[in-house]
Amino acid sequence: MSPWRRQGWLPLLALLLGAAGPRSGFETMTPELQAMQRDDAGNPGMLSVLEGEALFAREGCAACHAAAALRGVAARYPAHDAARGGPIDLAGRIAECREQRAGRPPLPRESQPMLALQSFVAHQSRGLPITPDPRLAEARAEGERLFRERRGQLNLSCAQCHETLAGGRLAGANIPEGHPNGYPLYRLEWQALGSLQRRLRGCFTGVRAEPLAPGSPAALALEAYLFGRAAGLPIETPAVRP
Amino acid sequence: MARTLIRVPATATRGEVIEIRTLIQHPMETGYRPDAAGRLLVRDIITRFTCHFDNRLVFEAMLHSAIAANPYLTFTLRAEASGVLAFAWDGDHDFRHVETRALTVT
Ligand code: HEC
Ligand code: HEC
Repeated sequence: MSPWRRQGWLPLLALLLGAAGPRSGFETMTPELQAMQRDDAGNPGMLSVLEGEALFAREGCAACHAAAALRGVAARYPAHDAARGGPIDLAGRIAECREQRAGRPPLPRESQPMLALQSFVAHQSRGLPITPDPRLAEARAEGERLFRERRGQLNLSCAQCHETLAGGRLAGANIPEGHPNGYPLYRLEWQALGSLQRRLRGCFTGVRAEPLAPGSPAALALEAYLFGRAAGLPIETPAVRP
Repeated sequence: MARTLIRVPATATRGEVIEIRTLIQHPMETGYRPDAAGRLLVRDIITRFTCHFDNRLVFEAMLHSAIAANPYLTFTLRAEASGVLAFAWDGDHDFRHVETRALTVT
């Protein structure tokens, strides 16, 4: 091992040169929360993964999909959908497959069973790097515009907090870079597992802006941009966040 | 039925102090929170957790309203002999969940 790496200079050097790449919200959590996320017997998000696994069998998904074959799927969503001529996110794809192929009645996007299925599917990709779909360039450009646009009564953009002020603090909270790589995740403040959309609602209402409707073209564009700027970060589902 | 995550070492040597971790899915509704319409949500918590080793009580905890959802409990035991660990969670509205795990002591 080189003396540079051994003394931990390399990350510092990378930071000084601005070459650190995206940093997961995991990195700025306390060691206790990091340990909770890493420990599959202590991470409460695993309860939803188990629930999703049971649903996957009970709802007939397993008849067409081997769980192992779902490895990598979550890392390349949102993806281009030919029928829609635009992006579809993982939650949308699961809902579509569940209704059209498994013949199940629709459920609300953020209902417990849908979150459980999504966490089970995304968990299969844990540790794999996010690889954005090259066909979504247009949606990502629109998403970036939304990310940089000032909004709400506080007149703040996502970029002001998650780029300019990332690494700083907002009252008691660390301001992370705002990456989507851990969802659905268990948030201590929610005392529950929740979706990326739920997290975004918090950031929108935090600046007193109207949240985007989940599944709307604007929400999908923003999601596509968030996954684009998180390229290379490992999927952490189910992550834990404060 | 509630889902649980339980970690018990598969084997232990006689006299070894082992760590047991348990996590159970439960809302732990405090009884102090209003719903969207302003009505108080009925309290729904786990009130007692026990661990028996071959029918002998070896660990017990009383839980109260301020404890977070999905209670996570970790405790240690000295492994003296092989046997069965029985975990039980009891709570409001006749909530009861029981799990067992075998412990092999060599
Ligand atoms: C009748 C067979 C069938 C059933 C039942 C079924 N699926 Fe699918 N699923 C497919 C096919 C075919 C595709 C499209 C082929 C592909 O993209 O791999 C697909 C695609 C998917 C994808 C996207 C895969 C990818 O690589 O982009 C996900 C995720 C998925 N299904 C989840 C589910 C879930 C969850 C259920 C149960 C609620 C389910 N499916 C039930 C056949 C099925
Ligand atoms: C006023 C500052 C602020 C603004 C503006 C803001 N956020 Fe956030 N955001 C935060 C903070 C603080 C957190 C972390 C909260 C915590 O850990 O409790 C966060 C968390 C997140 C996360 C979760 C990251 C993770 O690791 O799970 C995402 C994603 C996110 N924000 C996206 C956005 C988007 C998209 C916008 C614009 C619509 C936005 N935020 C606007 C402050 C902000």
